[in-house]
Amino acid sequence: MTALSLRNISMTFPDGTRAIDDVDLSIERGEFVTIVGPSGCGKSTLLRIISGLQQPTSGSCNVDSKNIGYVFQDSVLLPWRNVQKNVELNAELQGIPKELRRESAQKAIGLVKLNDHVTKFPHQLSGGMKMRCSLARSLVSQPQVFLFDEPFGALDEMTREHLNDELLNIFSQEKFAGLFITHSIQEAVFLSTRVIVMSSQPGQFVAEHKVDFAYPREPHIRYSAEFAELCGRISHNLKLAHA
Amino acid sequence: MKPFTRIALKRRVSTVVLPLITFIVFLSIWYTYAKFHYDNPVQRRNALPYPHEIVTDGFLPLNNKVNGLRPILGYLWPTVKVTLLGLFIAVALGVVVAVLMNLSKGIEKSLFPYAVILQTVPILAITPLLTELFGEELGVRLVVTVLVAIFPVITNMLFGLQSTDRALHDLFTLNQSSRWTRLVKLEVPSALPSLMTGIRIASGSAVIGSVVADFFFAKGEKGIGYYIRTRQQQAIQRPEMFAGTITASLFGIAMFVLIGWITSRAIRNWHDSNLTHRQ
Repeated sequence: MTALSLRNISMTFPDGTRAIDDVDLSIERGEFVTIVGPSGCGKSTLLRIISGLQQPTSGSCNVDSKNIGYVFQDSVLLPWRNVQKNVELNAELQGIPKELRRESAQKAIGLVKLNDHVTKFPHQLSGGMKMRCSLARSLVSQPQVFLFDEPFGALDEMTREHLNDELLNIFSQEKFAGLFITHSIQEAVFLSTRVIVMSSQPGQFVAEHKVDFAYPREPHIRYSAEFAELCGRISHNLKLAHA
Repeated sequence: MKPFTRIALKRRVSTVVLPLITFIVFLSIWYTYAKFHYDNPVQRRNALPYPHEIVTDGFLPLNNKVNGLRPILGYLWPTVKVTLLGLFIAVALGVVVAVLMNLSKGIEKSLFPYAVILQTVPILAITPLLTELFGEELGVRLVVTVLVAIFPVITNMLFGLQSTDRALHDLFTLNQSSRWTRLVKLEVPSALPSLMTGIRIASGSAVIGSVVADFFFAKGEKGIGYYIRTRQQQAIQRPEMFAGTITASLFGIAMFVLIGWITSRAIRNWHDSNLTHRQ
């Protein structure tokens, strides 16, 4: 079942920059697609268009659900709310009753392993914990379509790998349609069923790779030969796109 | 001694000792100037009395019903009332105006220039107009206080509302929040630290406003400004005048400290300005 489909999406900014040029994409439920590309190639703009935060200049965008999860580059937490209250926020804004949202927040907090920190405020959390909190907030409403805008870009390598493992776990359980953006080829291959390479100015899809590792994936596949080989090919595409 | 307590002690010493040194230097300059500028002690007392004369003659006559600490406190009370009430009105009105300006660019454009003018008009110059409109009693005193106190509330609140994080706005947009929800759950809490800064500035202005109002409006319950003004008119009451002035400014400081305390309680859990620096 197609959860998300984009047809001929183009986006030109008022200053004439062609951020996205004629992009087509369709994602099924249970698929996890990652876009890699150089900075400023319009990856984030694409997510904003899909989520409805921005209107494309032309093209059509169909999302099969109103229930979209969106994880931002930063954790985007309310500094005056503790972890529990932050995780409840989306559900609260969608008018879900108090008892129900408390319960689902507890569950989401368990999924991202923040159980011991529910009463802490964002300034008391590390970067990784803030991202977990942000992830939990999106998980609460059990989205059918999940957009990730380079969520782990600011974290150190160790934390990032850890969160990748956990995200993968969550994906295996929830089976949403995922669209993930990153600079890291490793991260892209490890998480995804498909990796798309995007060029910049104009932002176009220039290559696509299927990733054949079965889910659930073990962390150590990162060190396998096939994994490295695939990373190498994507890296090559990226260099061409950059040139 | 553990290093931690040593640091804490050092900090305590510097917050008390350093201002104290400044104060002693200030007093020394005062004493020196008063001593060498006036040959005649009577002349000195009537122009620039020694600081200890302000204490003994201005504050200490404890049983005097006309001058001294007791009447000073008696006159301070109405000033306290006008200041607090005026500040309250300025904050309430200022917040409403700022929220309206934040709601619509049109409202902001039509009102903001007048908020600026309000701030730049010399209030003292238009006292006859104010008397004409609001009389000479409590009403006009409150009007003066609100006029001088409202501008920092409006500008700081508006600044706070408008500097709400864009990404947080996006988050609320994704959740299809109503304008009201966005205001109450996002913009107002974000603006709270700026608002408190505005109120802190406004509190000082409010004290000055209510004291100055006593100089120009003769009726109604008279405050500390009246005490100062009447002692000003007679040279032999210079220590009394200084005592009144010092009391008024001590009240201003108390307001400043009070608002600071309320601020740190209101945002103690989350705002950067209120957190001890973490490494």
